[in-house]
Amino acid sequence: MQLYLPIADLPVNVFLVLAMGAAVGFVSGMFGIGGGFLMTPLLIFIGITPAVAVASVTSHIAASSFSGALSYWRRRAIDPALASVLLCGGVTGTALGVWTFTQLRALGQLDLMIALSYVVLLGTVGSLMFSEGLRALMRTRRGALPPRRTHNWIHGLPLKMRFKRSKIYLSVIPVVIVGIMIGFIGAIMGIGGGFILVPIMIYLLRVPTSTVIGTSMVLTLVTMLFATMLHAVTNHLVDAVLALILMVGGVTGAQFGVRAGQKIRGEQLRLLLGLLILSVGVRFAIELVIRPEDLFTIRELGVSG
Amino acid sequence: MMRAALALLLVLLLGSAARAERLIVSVSNHRVTVTPNYSGEELVLFGSVEKDATTSADRTAYDLVVTVMGPRADMVTRRKERTFGIWINTDYRQFLQVPSYLALFANRSFDAITSPEIARRQQIGLNNVLLTQRVGGDYADVVPNDAFRSAFIRLRTQRGLYREDPSAVTFLTPTLFRTGIPLPAEVPIGTYEVEIKLFANGAFISKTETAFEIVKVGFEQFVATTARHNGLIYGLVTAAMALMTGWMASIVFRKD
Repeated sequence: MQLYLPIADLPVNVFLVLAMGAAVGFVSGMFGIGGGFLMTPLLIFIGITPAVAVASVTSHIAASSFSGALSYWRRRAIDPALASVLLCGGVTGTALGVWTFTQLRALGQLDLMIALSYVVLLGTVGSLMFSEGLRALMRTRRGALPPRRTHNWIHGLPLKMRFKRSKIYLSVIPVVIVGIMIGFIGAIMGIGGGFILVPIMIYLLRVPTSTVIGTSMVLTLVTMLFATMLHAVTNHLVDAVLALILMVGGVTGAQFGVRAGQKIRGEQLRLLLGLLILSVGVRFAIELVIRPEDLFTIRELGVSG
Repeated sequence: MMRAALALLLVLLLGSAARAERLIVSVSNHRVTVTPNYSGEELVLFGSVEKDATTSADRTAYDLVVTVMGPRADMVTRRKERTFGIWINTDYRQFLQVPSYLALFANRSFDAITSPEIARRQQIGLNNVLLTQRVGGDYADVVPNDAFRSAFIRLRTQRGLYREDPSAVTFLTPTLFRTGIPLPAEVPIGTYEVEIKLFANGAFISKTETAFEIVKVGFEQFVATTARHNGLIYGLVTAAMALMTGWMASIVFRKD
């Protein structure tokens, strides 16, 4: 069934978009990530312009992470105090990111910057996660105990605060900085940032795995809602029809993903996610390195993004 | 629709004034509406060559070139080059106010219709249509085999937005003609100008113009205008929609 998208200005197959939303939703529910780093490239692949894809995906991630956050909230797997400190940074970072985005766009190298950040970020995070997951898996095979949680330099910083639900005593400085960073990256690359946030919170801030996914979803939700608003007001590029189809597919998939995620052990989950992130990064890298099919591209100015 | 166009044609034919040769044309639909399930369509252009007393008797065979131009927009063509092992956009040309849709139709090949000189002057064929580029501080069109110009035309042709077909115009009688104007699914919205040029024995005789409009209607139109004019409300509604969808899903799929 063909449907005409009003902002993207092209007809798409409803079931294809619905299936894409469901698949990405499943993955996002399973790993507790927004899934923007999968959705945006997929939309560009079916012919939607990058600008419209990025802008519409933000609202899709918001819906997906809201339904996820609600189910984590009911299970008391969200730390409200930690989430609000993260949000202070997140909102600042998003505003900074949108400003930088505009500057880069004016310079005409935005596409390259996006591709390069995807390669660097997804490559690094993916391989770190993959190797860590592999090591953890080997340890459990051998029956060895996981290494004890040690305190690092971050725990020596001032302005400490007690986060009751997570049972940690931590300085707010690194938490706000992490929030700014995620908001900034998210606005530039059009991603939720959950896949970077979760490992940072686990390895650097030592947030226990019981609250980490739910709390990160709250940050994703708010920054993506904020980004949706900014895109709608400044660029008029949010395609509500496209977003709605993605949302319906996404939230449905996410529900099944959350359940599937609970059945898989933590190490295996990280290994899988690492592999997934790495492969998207590699795909971007290949695109940069191999000779493109067509050396020329056309961009319309003034008609649509 | 075709019958209506023909009826209109007859009315126009009866009320004509005296001149050497006149072209009378009409398109089957002056207002094409893009609906949710729009997947492209074809318009039909009808016309007639009208002679009068002053027309010399030896003029029997006419040639026609139909040019359809969509709304104009600025476009940038970029070229990638290998730098430090990766492919980067290095060079670009800006095309100023070029048609977003461009179609050229004729009843036979362009070089059979007229001389290269006249073809250039009358912008006959994709190679001769004026596509203004900004080169540094200058505004000019370049030679047809320029890399950026030919890449631009090639990419637009691949999307079905630029086309030339030297056999699309058919003469039903020696003076009555018709041609189809294919409009692809991703057709740009706006006003389309149609220019019909008449040739005889290689010489340009006369031309006429008509136009049609492509509009979005219904829900799409509403969404598009709201997004453009009421960005804040549109954003708020979209955000609310996201929250609603998420909330409803968590209720529908709630297990306990």
